[in-house]
Amino acid sequence: MAFVPHTAEDVARLLAAVGADSLDGLFSHLPGDVVSAAAAVPGPMDEDGLLRHFRTVSGRNAVHEAGMCFAGAGAYDHFIPAAVDALSGRSEFLTAYTPYQPELSQGWLQAIYEYQSMIVSLTGMDVANSSMYDGATALYEAVLMTLRVTRNRHRVLVSGTVNPLYRTVLRSYAANLALEITDVPMKDGTDDADRLRAAVDDGTSAVVVGYPAFTGSLADVSHLAEAAHDKGALLVASVYPTALAVAKSPGEMGADIVVGDGQPFGMPLSWGGPYLGFLAARDKYVRRMPGRIVGATVDTRGRRGFVLTLQTREQHIRREKAMSNICSNQAHTALRAAVYLTLLGPSGLRKVAAACMGNARELKERVLALEGVTPLYRNGLPWFNEFAVRLPAAAERVVQSLSGKGVLAGVPLARLAAGADEGALLLAATEKNRRDDIARFAEMLSKTLRELR
Amino acid sequence: MKLSFEKSRAGRSGLDRLDTAPGDEVLAELGDLLRTGELFLPQMSELETVRHYTALSRRNMGVDTDFYPLGSCTMKYNPKVNEVIAAMPGFTGLHPLAPAAAAGGWLKVYSDLERYLADITGMDAFTLHPMAGAHGELTGMMIVKAFCGGTGESRTKVLVPDSAHGTNPASAALCGFEVVNVPSAEDGMIHPHTLAEYVGSDTAALMLTNPNTLGIFEQHIRRVADMVHEAGGLLYYDGANLNAIAGRVKPGDMGFDVVHLNLHKTFATPHGGGGPGSGPVGVKGRLAEFLPVPRVEEKDGALTLSEDFPRSIGRLSGFYGNALVALKACAYILNLGPEGLAEMSALAVLNARYLLGLLTSGGWTLPYGAPCMHEFVLSGEDLPEGVHTMDVAKRLIDAGYHPPTVYFPLIVREAIMIEPTETESPEKLEEFAGVMNRILGEARDDPDVLKTAPSTTPVSRLDEALAARELNLACKRNGRT
Amino acid sequence: MGEKVVPDGLYYTKEHEWLRVEGDVATIGVTDHAQQELGDITYVELPDPGTVFHQFEEAGVVESVKAASDVYCPVSGEVTKVNMELADDPVVVNAEPYDGGWLFKVRIEDPTELDNLMGAEEYKLLLGEEE
Repeated sequence: MAFVPHTAEDVARLLAAVGADSLDGLFSHLPGDVVSAAAAVPGPMDEDGLLRHFRTVSGRNAVHEAGMCFAGAGAYDHFIPAAVDALSGRSEFLTAYTPYQPELSQGWLQAIYEYQSMIVSLTGMDVANSSMYDGATALYEAVLMTLRVTRNRHRVLVSGTVNPLYRTVLRSYAANLALEITDVPMKDGTDDADRLRAAVDDGTSAVVVGYPAFTGSLADVSHLAEAAHDKGALLVASVYPTALAVAKSPGEMGADIVVGDGQPFGMPLSWGGPYLGFLAARDKYVRRMPGRIVGATVDTRGRRGFVLTLQTREQHIRREKAMSNICSNQAHTALRAAVYLTLLGPSGLRKVAAACMGNARELKERVLALEGVTPLYRNGLPWFNEFAVRLPAAAERVVQSLSGKGVLAGVPLARLAAGADEGALLLAATEKNRRDDIARFAEMLSKTLRELR
Repeated sequence: MKLSFEKSRAGRSGLDRLDTAPGDEVLAELGDLLRTGELFLPQMSELETVRHYTALSRRNMGVDTDFYPLGSCTMKYNPKVNEVIAAMPGFTGLHPLAPAAAAGGWLKVYSDLERYLADITGMDAFTLHPMAGAHGELTGMMIVKAFCGGTGESRTKVLVPDSAHGTNPASAALCGFEVVNVPSAEDGMIHPHTLAEYVGSDTAALMLTNPNTLGIFEQHIRRVADMVHEAGGLLYYDGANLNAIAGRVKPGDMGFDVVHLNLHKTFATPHGGGGPGSGPVGVKGRLAEFLPVPRVEEKDGALTLSEDFPRSIGRLSGFYGNALVALKACAYILNLGPEGLAEMSALAVLNARYLLGLLTSGGWTLPYGAPCMHEFVLSGEDLPEGVHTMDVAKRLIDAGYHPPTVYFPLIVREAIMIEPTETESPEKLEEFAGVMNRILGEARDDPDVLKTAPSTTPVSRLDEALAARELNLACKRNGRT
Repeated sequence: MGEKVVPDGLYYTKEHEWLRVEGDVATIGVTDHAQQELGDITYVELPDPGTVFHQFEEAGVVESVKAASDVYCPVSGEVTKVNMELADDPVVVNAEPYDGGWLFKVRIEDPTELDNLMGAEEYKLLLGEEE
């Protein structure tokens, strides 16, 4: 089944028309030594067989029970309203390509324009692009952007509040560039502001912070923005977007570029993808931004319409001088985010954020009430929905053990960063972790800790 | 059509009930960090949201609605069953940092697909992490760079044909390589004697698409491969056009060392309005140690993730790439099987060659000859004075077709790049050719209907210069819309 | 394409820049041919005054909707002045490529470099070949 409409007669008729004697004959002009034996992949399988096969395979994933995911670290188990799947799944959206022909793509272009507008407001920036691959690559693109803006600077200071996975990704890409990355570790679970301020110099293009810190704390970064600006550097914030519904936006604190992962806005966990990188910035840097951007304009009769604009930044025009090599992006997950945010609106999103905070507090209280469990940090700062604790047992063993019982107990910090305390566990709560889920989890965790001791 | 923001009424929301939401007291904990700036999002009911996005969806063309012969993009049918599989809760529900023991299903999908793709391309090892074709190119170039660095030689140049996709030079430049353009010969191919002037001890790699962007199979590929290898460089395969040869010709057998594929092209995952895609990268054995981490490995009879590859180029995405896209491609390959893949590429070529015949006999100009593979590039250079390729494209919209790719590749003046794919019927091709040939006549007799097209769309031609000069990139409460 | 204006008395480059010498200062812009090829110009990126360029070094960019053309400095020297009006109204480059559409001025370091440039007649021949 190759999803082809051709009957045997069709094939014969077309072959005759093009002067070939067989399907193989269509390739007869290829040099003989490149034509290979057929691929040895399995199949074919009919649709029923295919569904059965993948149902079996999916059954080998031990997915947490409803409300029993307490892991975050960049991917969160938020609720996805039914309308998100229903609307984004419409095949007029799904089976379209990049809107290069604007007249027949107004639906897509307007949706992306609205998405950009929502990201701009959330982050407190002036402009946003139409998407990057994920939060990690969006951060890398933001760092490259600061190199273009500041010219001839090659140093980036990265605070330990940035997700360690993102920091690792940044380091991989930086290996090929004239870019020196200086990691400034956290101090008690927040930005080490003194060290960051002292380290900014005339060769620094950017100071990069996590907001909230990947371990949950929220800190005012205005003074870091000032310190960066004093030396001609930019402040880049990597954010958890749901938090911005209730917490001060990086824009209000002087950030120049804000990036993050839009997964919380309607993307299922899906073992890590597809997610949604977003990137927003101040107006004056728009010509240094990577990725596609949609803008409003008018048609020949003066009616408003939308087009891809500022395309001279992009690879199909500027080739090796482009701002980025990105072509395919994550348009469809951006659409999902737009539907999600439109559906919730400001009041709904605030409700979700408040529920995350409320449930996380319930979770923290319950977990810290268990014998031998202590907070990893005591910085006294406000926090959103994530926190780190030290368990009286190896966190990896605890998580493994509970995973077999339908619970994802969090992310062992040792898995994210070499050298972290074996007992350190990062936990998160969302609006999906109800009171009784949390109570049940606390009991199970308590039992597991006793067993492992 | 109004923006969602313009349809909003203060206080409206599609989420009226959230049982776990506490009162606002919890927000007081944020103190000075409480958001004071307005959260400017649309305010609509669920039904209003549904109507808004349903209306937007109708202002598009997709493969499911219309013939979409967009060259180089392989706009084939995206099977529905793959969407059903990708929505299975056993796949969508798993957190990426769940223990490997809990990810047995996903690890199997990854391990299987890596093996299938390695077999289809004649490579030895694959990574599924790159999230788009260009991301795959960057990954591939990083592997090339790591390989060159390991040899202790100074290889600074990446050769790219002038017919290449723009992502090729852009990706190479991101790795710090100097990009050198290699001119195509008059037959549209790269010739060994031309290449000889460019390839040398400073060559890190030659990036090639084969068939190339003109839809022509590079006849000298084996000699080209030998030349690059003799100089100590690597041969890179841009898999954008694998749909022409999948199941029949393996890039590995042509001499390629590194390949990237576009699962959203050859392997039928939907383009989703521009993404998400997936750009897996495969390599020959000697390069496998450089692949990104974490990699799927078999250990004590079970699949797991390993980061224990000291020469790896590192981690390139937050987690493991666009997993659901990989899953759909895996399902597609199993659905087709080996014979289905070979049939797929043959019919893609047959459709393209048949359509090309209908168009050239209707008067269209094919600047580069040779039998075409899965796509071909016409030139609008012979159109009457004042009529351009873009006018033809816009006129096609009025006839209910998505236009072909225009003005690419850059080496063809007024290029019209057509890729029908295998999933279109002969009748559809004949219908399309009829319209194209009619438009050629209109260009002579009534050019105004081309110049003023499209007239059937919600908007007519848009002022792109105005959009670029007077930027309006977001709707703001106190700004313009 | 319309008729291409190539005024006498200016110097020209293969990359379609023109240069007018007044004392030791050169005024630089892009030719009528270049602006016609680009179409509606949407943005001009100019160097900062004080920047010192070598001959034929990249000094700026002229952009239309679908193309971006690098501008190379035809002679070595320091940028003394840039045409600030183009920031608001880049279309002037289309309308008056040799007058209001000038891009920047440099102080000529080495007048012998002018020998590497073309005169109007030679440039017209080049345009003829490119047609």
